[in-house]
Amino acid sequence: MLPRSQIWLLAVLGAAAVMSAVSGRLNPYWLDVAMGVGINIILAVSLNLINGFTGQFSLGHAGFMAVGAYTSAMVTTVLGSRLGLSPVLLRWGLFPVSLVAGGLLAGLAGLAVGAPSLRLKGDYLAIVTLGFGEIIKVILQNLNAVGGARGLSGIPSYTNLFWTFTVAAVTVYVVWGLLNSTYGRGFLAVADDEVAAEAMGLNTTRYKINAFVVGSFFAGAAGGLYAHLKGYISPTGFDFNKSIEIVVMVILGGMGRHLGVIVAAILLTVVQEPLRKLGDWRMILYALLLIGLMLTRPQGLFVWPLKRRNA
Amino acid sequence: MTELLQQLLNGLSLGAIYALIALGYTMVYGVLRFINFAHSDVFMVGAYLGFYLAPRVGSGTILGGMLVLSGAMAGCAVLGVLIEKLAYRPLRNRSTLTVLITAIGVSLLLQNLGQKIFGANPKPFPAIFPVTQLHFGGLTVSSNQIIVLLVTLVLLGTLHWVVNHTRMGTAMRALSFNATAASLVGINNDRVISFTFALGSALAGAGGILYAMNYPSIDPLMGTLPGLKAFVAAVLGGIGNLPGAALGGMLIGLVETMVSGTRASTFRDAIAFAILILILLFRPAGLLGRLRVEKV
Repeated sequence: MLPRSQIWLLAVLGAAAVMSAVSGRLNPYWLDVAMGVGINIILAVSLNLINGFTGQFSLGHAGFMAVGAYTSAMVTTVLGSRLGLSPVLLRWGLFPVSLVAGGLLAGLAGLAVGAPSLRLKGDYLAIVTLGFGEIIKVILQNLNAVGGARGLSGIPSYTNLFWTFTVAAVTVYVVWGLLNSTYGRGFLAVADDEVAAEAMGLNTTRYKINAFVVGSFFAGAAGGLYAHLKGYISPTGFDFNKSIEIVVMVILGGMGRHLGVIVAAILLTVVQEPLRKLGDWRMILYALLLIGLMLTRPQGLFVWPLKRRNA
Repeated sequence: MTELLQQLLNGLSLGAIYALIALGYTMVYGVLRFINFAHSDVFMVGAYLGFYLAPRVGSGTILGGMLVLSGAMAGCAVLGVLIEKLAYRPLRNRSTLTVLITAIGVSLLLQNLGQKIFGANPKPFPAIFPVTQLHFGGLTVSSNQIIVLLVTLVLLGTLHWVVNHTRMGTAMRALSFNATAASLVGINNDRVISFTFALGSALAGAGGILYAMNYPSIDPLMGTLPGLKAFVAAVLGGIGNLPGAALGGMLIGLVETMVSGTRASTFRDAIAFAILILILLFRPAGLLGRLRVEKV
């Protein structure tokens, strides 16, 4: 008998495959929203590993998403045209490879950014990742090979329900499995009390960097999905506001809570469209939401009386 | 040679502005141990206060310019104290992560309210001081640059006096050494923290005006990059260390101006970031950190 978490994973994968098979009959608008939900679940759950479970604060999740999006788009557009593969192989073979490539490069960027800043106690990561988000924009705007400020267009639309929810399920599975492993308890220990964790013999820097790199990897994969969903990416599409959107999902759902964050990701993506009518007021609402939640309900909006994690 | 001197001068006047902003970061870090993300947006509000004050006080003269400058500083001081009272004070004994997220929320709020109230489009900043170009040999010095340097010097001098020679300054230093001990000897921590925010925000307001004088196009998101660079300056000098912040600001300004003069100029915004990574790797305490006991 398989462990329960693996049954869940298989069930979601099966559902994704079935949904994908009938997706041609679905309303294309809702199909788009559903894939957006999947991508945001990946982003929120992976950020939750960093911000929630490990207690570090990253403000550059959109930057890592950008790295992944550009990498995977370059893989499918440049390699895709040269390899001369059949369309089926491109969609089912090269595309997942490009997602992994995007994730790996994003993870590498995460290592480069995280290693210097996570060695130290204090909130350096927040400002370094904020800087990273700005810098990646500057770099992408100056790289003519990826379209510069004009952005990259003509990306094939390989993203479908199956890939989106497969990656989402894998993300949830990995994060959940990681945290429930013997090793993973260390993440929670670092979040609860870094000094105490260190005194227990944990290499806290190692834990922080590992959480950050794994989180960045999945952000990169989500970026790849996003690029192949929209067909067009530009440096300004991955700005600070995008990072904040993901942060709001994590905080609304409750930092360090599995289900709450997923619910928040779904909720915020679905209400995104009506919220768009608010225009500029949307970000003001997000800002007030952040401040209000921190002042009154720092544990998040959806807190169920589940069994408490034992610190 | 004149080219180099010219760049040096440009770098110093840019660095002076970074120094003013960096001082606010470092002071707040000294007393509360968290990064005040909203600081860069107080800087932006300072520039807009100048924009709206300038036509009302009849600027364009030295006196008018000083009025605009002090008005913006006063407005920012009030804003800083308000932010602290409403958003940070209720979180006094919570984890720094909670305060940090709140600070990001406040920053986001100021930026987006700014876009609503001031409009998202860049606005031309008026000349609030009389502008002339002075020539020394081959060197071109704009009067604005001299004003930036003079104002910065005066403000730094005043700050030094306040921190080292007044009762409030002594209280600030005591608080940054040990907040609990400070309250035990009868210091009203909340009042000192309010004062620190007022002081830091006033400097940011002055920085906003001076920045807008030299780059006369202002928009609600203008604070992000200078704020980021000023933070790097504060870390470079040693966060929590006042002379360090001033020195760090000057250095960042110089390096950035020197890079702008080369072919890598499109990457000039990335320089501060590279410096930050290098400091964190090799000297996380900053240039002057640890060497001095004075921490505010």
